[in-house]
Amino acid sequence: MALISDGRFIEDAWRRLADEEALPKTGKFIVSLPRLEHAVEVLGPTATFGVIVPNTTEPSALIAALPRLDLISIAFPAFADGRGFSLARLLRRAEFKGELRASGRLVADQYPHAIGCGFDTIEIPDDLADRQDEEQWRSALNAYSMSYQRGYAGRGSILEARRKAARS
Amino acid sequence: MTAHDPEAMRRPNAPMTTYRYDEYDAAFVSERVAEFREQVRRRLSGALTEEEFRPFRLMNGLYLQLHAYMLRVAIPYGTLTARQMRRLADIAEKWDKGYGHFTTRQNLQYNWPKLVDTPDILESLADVEMHAIQTSGNCIRNVTADHFAGVAPDEIEDPRPTAEFLRQWSSLHSEFSFLPRKFKIAVTGAAHDRAAILVHDIGLRIVKNDTGEIGYQVVVGGGLGRSPFIGKVVGDFVPREDLLAFLEAILRVYNRFGRRDNKYKARVKILVHEKGIDEIRAAVEAEFAAMDRSAFAHDSEEFERIAAFFAPPPYDSLPATSASLRAAKLESPAFANFADVNVGAHKMPGYAIVTVSLKPIGGVPGDATSDQMRVLADASERFGFGELRVSHEQNIILPHVKQDDLLTLWRMLDAAGLATANAGLVSDIISCPGLDYCSLATARSIPIAQAISKRFSDMSRQRRIGKLGVKISGCINACGHHHVGAIGILGLEKKGQESYQITLGGDPTFSASIGEILGPGVTAEQVPDVVEHLVDYYLAEREEGEAFIDTWRRIGHARFKDVLRREGEDGADI
Repeated sequence: MALISDGRFIEDAWRRLADEEALPKTGKFIVSLPRLEHAVEVLGPTATFGVIVPNTTEPSALIAALPRLDLISIAFPAFADGRGFSLARLLRRAEFKGELRASGRLVADQYPHAIGCGFDTIEIPDDLADRQDEEQWRSALNAYSMSYQRGYAGRGSILEARRKAARS
Repeated sequence: MTAHDPEAMRRPNAPMTTYRYDEYDAAFVSERVAEFREQVRRRLSGALTEEEFRPFRLMNGLYLQLHAYMLRVAIPYGTLTARQMRRLADIAEKWDKGYGHFTTRQNLQYNWPKLVDTPDILESLADVEMHAIQTSGNCIRNVTADHFAGVAPDEIEDPRPTAEFLRQWSSLHSEFSFLPRKFKIAVTGAAHDRAAILVHDIGLRIVKNDTGEIGYQVVVGGGLGRSPFIGKVVGDFVPREDLLAFLEAILRVYNRFGRRDNKYKARVKILVHEKGIDEIRAAVEAEFAAMDRSAFAHDSEEFERIAAFFAPPPYDSLPATSASLRAAKLESPAFANFADVNVGAHKMPGYAIVTVSLKPIGGVPGDATSDQMRVLADASERFGFGELRVSHEQNIILPHVKQDDLLTLWRMLDAAGLATANAGLVSDIISCPGLDYCSLATARSIPIAQAISKRFSDMSRQRRIGKLGVKISGCINACGHHHVGAIGILGLEKKGQESYQITLGGDPTFSASIGEILGPGVTAEQVPDVVEHLVDYYLAEREEGEAFIDTWRRIGHARFKDVLRREGEDGADI
């Protein structure tokens, strides 16, 4: 797997735990959604952990655990399945402040969408990273200087720019 | 063609009748072209697979059809300027075969562009403030509106500022570009629905409440396709400042819960049908209540900025009726027919709305050659402030013509083969491209339209028949809107043969209804006979002032079925 952050391929500091693996004492690790409740229960307040969830997850299922989570990874079963974008928006609305990760076969051209909806990082399989190199991700990130929507992250809003121009 | 456009300098004082890009709009569209150019390059280099490239080319209007690519250009809310029309003509000549096809969703399709040329075509469009953004793909599509917007006497408010407001909001939306399926929005601001809003994913009707405040009745879940539905009201009166927030709530509910397991059940109409409108309304209202609406706080200012572009052009003050028009009609019966059929009432005294039919007898519905497009552009400049409209009936509208100018205009149109006096009549047929172009089609549609048109080539007979919507689709995806044709025709394939199913009683307006099936399918050759029998029966049965659909509603479907069966037994070959 390759990890993209700020338009660069970076080393992944996080480890995805297999379900049969015991919860480690240290390090950054990611559990599956069925193990989340247990992890919250047994891990101390200083433990650094995250969860990977299907894109059909109800945000309410994560609300109780949100303050404890340092990372939420949302699975994209197919790149054209946009449910993860709405789920990310809802988790940010619920004031999740940790790392939000999109995991799946996302293509570089979706990078601005992911950033706009509140994702920080994108995790893609190696074969995809081979075809779509760092340069393509970086250029996708810079493809647009502004966006028409408001309240979305990343690029500046055209509406705000217009208002500013009208008032100056 | 480059960004340097000599036309722009030649006509610096043309009045502003539609939205003009500012630096932000221009930058956005040109960044979009640059992005697409890169995407094409990456597709050709193998960085993108065809599967990965597909949604991006679709969101830039590029389809792969039966024989070639097809590029679908957006004509937002159906409004375009003379300069833009000329550019469409130039593109057709330079990169296509010298003609274009106007569609039922206020788009123009080029049927023969090459993949490698499309970035240049898009750049040429951007030059005149046009694009092909979101004319296809599983995203919010080109927003359509009443083609008589701003000039119809029955209007509460011009729907185009709303449509432009939505065009901007929906362009490259971070959250709603990978929806379960396509999503179509139509807006009307009039007492009569000319935008078919009840058969769109979202239909917006501008309304005024008891205190005189303008708002929107929001309808959701209408649509045609293989499962036709009439939309249902999800918001009775949404104030303008809440419109975008309310639409985001609907889209979020749809994006999360719309079906993705079966593309034929993925439209919002199925979600509304399966959950019920009450559950959907509750979900939308809950989402709306939970939203942080501060992001929408300045929508009203933005709306006002946009609305200012659509100010009425500088009309002359004229008497309500024109003496010269009256005289001209007496002098030329052919012109009188045109004036009676294709000319409609305008909100300003002394002016008229002219529908230019793109349905010549035996022609391809919606097609226009580059030369015809140029004639239309010239006509709009001479007689109508340089503005044109495209209707969902696939015709062109000149929205501000002086009644005194109608005769001269008619002569000009007639010389270009654009004066067919059949707007709204039986030969003003809506048809999809069908098997002649489309890879989804199961049967031909264009030749059927041509055959019916020829059968009714006697124009005085057409006028006697009166208003009659014939709509033809070449497959169950219903691009030809057959479900809402008073006479609908659906082309299917049965055992290797084309077979046409006829429906009656469809209506796309506020009194919307889905047509009912007449009986077993007929062959292509039989279609004109069947239509003729139905029309003759209607003529025999109609009461004073009744259109075809009124008679059908009054006497019922069974009687029409019966007459056709009897005709069959009498030896007529149907």
